[in-house]
Amino acid sequence: MDVVKSDAANYKNFLKEFIETQNERALYGAEQIIKTFIKRNISPEEIVNLHILAFAELYPNITPEVHRAMNFLLETMISYGMALQEYQALREKQLELQSEISVAASMQETLLLTEKPCISGLDIGVISIPAQQMNGDYHHFMKGKDGSLGIAIADVIGKGVPAALCMSMIKYSVDSFPEEAMSPQMILNSLNRVVERNVDPSMFITMFYGQYHPDSEMLTYASAGHEPGFHYCAETDTFSEIKAKGLVLGVLPDTEYQQYERKINKGDMIILLTDGVTECRNGEEFIESDEVLERIHEFRHLPAQEMVEKVYRYFERMQDFHLRDDFTLLIFKKRV
Amino acid sequence: MALQSCVNIKKEWDIVGARQMGRDIAREMGFGTVDQARIATAISELARNIYLYAGSGKVCFEKIDTIEKRGMCMIATDAGPGIVDIGQVMEDGFTTSSGLGAGLPGVRRLMDEFDIKSAKNVGTEIKAIKWLR
Repeated sequence: MDVVKSDAANYKNFLKEFIETQNERALYGAEQIIKTFIKRNISPEEIVNLHILAFAELYPNITPEVHRAMNFLLETMISYGMALQEYQALREKQLELQSEISVAASMQETLLLTEKPCISGLDIGVISIPAQQMNGDYHHFMKGKDGSLGIAIADVIGKGVPAALCMSMIKYSVDSFPEEAMSPQMILNSLNRVVERNVDPSMFITMFYGQYHPDSEMLTYASAGHEPGFHYCAETDTFSEIKAKGLVLGVLPDTEYQQYERKINKGDMIILLTDGVTECRNGEEFIESDEVLERIHEFRHLPAQEMVEKVYRYFERMQDFHLRDDFTLLIFKKRV
Repeated sequence: MALQSCVNIKKEWDIVGARQMGRDIAREMGFGTVDQARIATAISELARNIYLYAGSGKVCFEKIDTIEKRGMCMIATDAGPGIVDIGQVMEDGFTTSSGLGAGLPGVRRLMDEFDIKSAKNVGTEIKAIKWLR
């Protein structure tokens, strides 16, 4: 874009004022003009040219040496202007990409939407926050016809768009499994085959699948290399790790997952999470998983949703409001 | 077809010769200081590409003088390896620019019109025009 006449006249006036008075006001005026030039993408060589013309008009008797020296500066500014234009073009491209990703992110949110079910006697809280725009963590609730509650929590190693695409596939696979095949073990067996066939070997997915049966008060579960969850026992006021052996999904086609079970008593809590929670950092150091449990213990009397939110706020603040990995924390409490 | 003046590009020094001829023509046609500098920079980029990637070639200049428009056309030709993916070299931030904003996208910005033809193992022809305003 070219310099308009009024700007050129203003520039000349400020230049004259400065040469005659060395007045700070003139410099401030010039600063404001230059800012409008930057906004209008006026290149450095145009500004140098504007300066040369203004100076020549004010001082028609300048020596040829000075004039040539200023032309020399103009020539050198051409390459600078080219680099600047490239940066501007790349910046615009970046903004385009960003808005495309945010559309994808909101689409993903819709795709992965899961409703927290109401099951009498259970209080469920869940929070899932992506480190970048798209979430590579996933959780899902499924209510069975027999009154059971299925809970899936999964993590793709990696973040961003590839991880998010992968998660959509996982969700739709789980959705398509027939009801009678909904035991944790069978779900992981089937998902393992889906992932093995469809996902790049460099991408790893861990998953924990639990199914709670209100009648028997039993939690059956299986894990594919997922970060172990915790069981809070109200009677002893202690936490125990929910250990479950199993290879991450998609490594070997015929992996058979083991199924475990445990009794959930009144006041107990089940805590499921992804490594974004346990790998929170305080400065350069990873937090201890005890620290997560300490916070949960501190908030244990609150409703489950308030608990997960408070825990999240705590670690968000500890990490200066900048998550390094997707953060998903799910707590369910047995009230009666 | 207007008369062409050409400079052969074989060694780095020839780039300077091409700049000089281009600037003389631009000045003679009445281009201002800024446009002269832009034309010279565009010639540098085109001639450097020939020198670096094709080994040898030439840069030719034509004056365009019609009733509607006056301008200067430069044509850079070489019989080098050719550009396989033109879309890629015209993309900002691609290797040849190395973040300096130079390369072919830079030339396109400096000039008003830009066209490129290339065939693998045959060579490349780049035509760029600056209009006199």
